[in-house]
Formats: sequence, C-alpha cells, structure tokens
Amino acid sequence: MSKHMVTDDDLHAYVDARLPPARRAEIEAHLAADSEAATRVRAYQAHRQGLHDLFDPVLDEPIPASLRELAAEIDTRLEARGTRFVARRLLRSRIAAGVLIASFGGALGWLAHGIHRPAETLAAGTSLHRQAAVAHAVFSPDVRRPVEIGADHEDQLVTWLSKRLGVPVRPPKLAALGYGLIGGRLLPGNSGPVAQFMYQDAAGRRLTLLVSTEVATGGDTAFRFAQEGPVSVFYWIDGKFGYALSAGIPRDELARVAADVYGHLENR
Amino acid sequence: MDSRAIIDQLPRLRRYARALVGDRAAADDLVQDTLERAWSRIGQWRPGGDLRAWLFGIMHNLHIDQVRRPSLDGPSSGAEEIEVPIRATQPERMELEDLAAALARLPQEQSAVLLLVALDEMRYEDIAQTLNIPIGTVMSRLARGRERLRRMLDEHPNPSNLRVVR
Repeated sequence: MSKHMVTDDDLHAYVDARLPPARRAEIEAHLAADSEAATRVRAYQAHRQGLHDLFDPVLDEPIPASLRELAAEIDTRLEARGTRFVARRLLRSRIAAGVLIASFGGALGWLAHGIHRPAETLAAGTSLHRQAAVAHAVFSPDVRRPVEIGADHEDQLVTWLSKRLGVPVRPPKLAALGYGLIGGRLLPGNSGPVAQFMYQDAAGRRLTLLVSTEVATGGDTAFRFAQEGPVSVFYWIDGKFGYALSAGIPRDELARVAADVYGHLENR
Repeated sequence: MDSRAIIDQLPRLRRYARALVGDRAAADDLVQDTLERAWSRIGQWRPGGDLRAWLFGIMHNLHIDQVRRPSLDGPSSGAEEIEVPIRATQPERMELEDLAAALARLPQEQSAVLLLVALDEMRYEDIAQTLNIPIGTVMSRLARGRERLRRMLDEHPNPSNLRVVR
C-alpha cells in the first residue's frame, strides 16, 4: 500500500498524467495492490485513447475557408485591441469589483486630495506596487498569523475593512483558480488604511491582493507589472480603486491569475 | 498577441465541436457560431487572458443552449447520429463506435468535462475557468462521467468483448 491515502481524484490525476513523479509511483504501488482501482484506471485510460482515436483525425482535416477567414478577422481585431487596452475599457465596464463600490458619496471628499498625481501612483509616498510587494513579503510567509481576520469570519472581515476604508470592499472568490481565501488585514497606506486579502492554493503558495482607495482620480490604467525581488506584482487602477496582486510566482503565471482576478471583479 | 492566435485554435475547436455534436456539418456550424459570438463580444476579451479557455467557454455555452433548445428544422444535435471519422481496423472500429455511442448518451455536463480532460488535455483548473465552475465540480463531473461511461461499455460489450469469459 502507498504511504498516503489514495483518493478518487488521485486516480483521475494519474490517468491524466497530472501527478509529480513521486506521487505517481505511490499510485502505481497502490494499483498493484488494488485490482478494483486498477480495473477502473485501465478503463479510463482506454477511454482517453479511444477518444483520441475517434476525434484526432479531425485535426488533420482541411479547415473550411469561411472559418479561416472569420478567425483571421478576429485575430486582427484582438491584436488591435491588445495594443489599446487601457482605462476607458475598464471605465465603461460596470464599476468593478469584488472589491466593489456600492456608493461613492462618502469616499469622494476623501479621495479628492489625490487628484493631481499620475494615475499609477498613490496620492503620495510609496507606489502601489512597492507597497503591495512589501506587504506580501512581510505577511505571506507568516505561518501562525498571516491575517488579522480569517476566512471563517469573512462577514466580519468584510464589515470591518469596509468600515475602515469608508467604501464597501469584498474579496473576490478565486476558488475556480485553485486559490482559497485565508483572510485579510488592514495596513497603513500613505495617508490612510489599505486592505490586504490573502489566498492560498493547494500547494500552499500564497497570493495577496492589496486594495487601495488612495489612487488619483486621473483614470484607469492597463495592467502593469513590477518585480520586487522575489515578488511579482501586477497592478492596475479601476475607478476609485487601485489593485495590486502579488505572489512569488513567475510573471506568466501571475499574469494569468491577474487577468482572471480582473475578470472576476469586472463580472461581479 | 500572436496575430494567428485564433486561427491556430481552429483545429482543436473543430475537434471539440465534433466530439460534442458528432455530425461534421453541425460541428462546423457550432465553430462558426462560436467565432461569430467571439467577434460580437470582443470587448469582453482581456489581453493576457487565456484565449483557448475563452473560446472553448463560448462554444460550451452555445452548445448548452442548442441542447436545451433543439432546432425545429434541423436534425437534433448529439446522440445517435455520431459520424465516426476514424481510420481503424474492423474490431477496433466497433469498439470505437461503442465509445462514441456511449459518449453521446452521457449528460452534457459530464461529456463536456471529460472531453476537455481526455481529448484536449486541459488542466483541471483551466477547465474550471473555461466552464466557469469550481474545480471541485470539475472533478466530480469527471468522476461521474468516467464511471458512467465505463458502466455503459460494460453493459453493452462489443462482440470482441463477448469472447471474454465472464
């Protein structure tokens, strides 16, 4: 028998070659001892092979010209769009957010003092990405107390942070990306509080989302990237909020997560 | 962005469509509908996002709509009329036809996940994103789909399996 319990998910991940070699070997040992599981795995493998035998020939078929032409047109438009992905798009989209403003009233006066700053900086002092990277580096390695209020009290967390920031803020749900909310905390910004939400994936990798209302009202920005030592940061400004997503993972991977986080906030 | 990004996805989109609806013409219609919808919703595309997940997600939603609302004039999508584009020997061909028939009888939500996993070899988390469901749901649909497929093929063994003493 293997050292660790073998779950159903393990068997599927084995069939789909999604396991690291060490775990793979453990599953193989388990299968050698469990003929019922081995039968299932063989059947699943046969399905996989059968589906490829059935449908892979489609890959070699000539593609109808009408589809090719339509695809080429969309590619051209996507490319154009990629180069002018800025603010206005975001602005037009419904105001954002998992970290969402329900009413601006209370926040306007408070925000007004930041008005003359370039869009991607905070009202004064430390830049958004720098602030996020430092906060990530300080709190994400903390084993015992990474957050002030845990996800088990998400309601309290939301109420408290919303009250302190003066606008409703809410952590986006990233479960579909494999990241579960651990909790959040309040941090000092340049002129007032900012919020940090922390997430963790199954491998224990942590991701933090800094939400600041200390942004100038000069407009939205595109995604921007910064590398601060080992911490990668994607940051952007959407309406009254500045967001910075930090993690110690490669840029490409974080870009994917950031795009999803942005989409999640937008579709809320 | 690579200016051939969507063109390069076409073979895989066509393969997924064929596996979903079976019939060649209906599958290419589904690809066409997918591209047209992508065109009309180009504003939703976020640079840096996963293009493949976006397109497959659109196709998936269109197919669900079609399954729920069978057209009045055309042949209904799916099931019995699977056209098998295989090149295979006779006994293999019969096994594959059984598989195609069983696939067509799976609930749509299970076959969608199974095809993305087994045929497109997408990562589970990318499938969660594509179908806009939690990863736990991906795993449970995959598990139920695979077991159901296995039982169907066990219950209706093809001639080559009948020779096995049971």
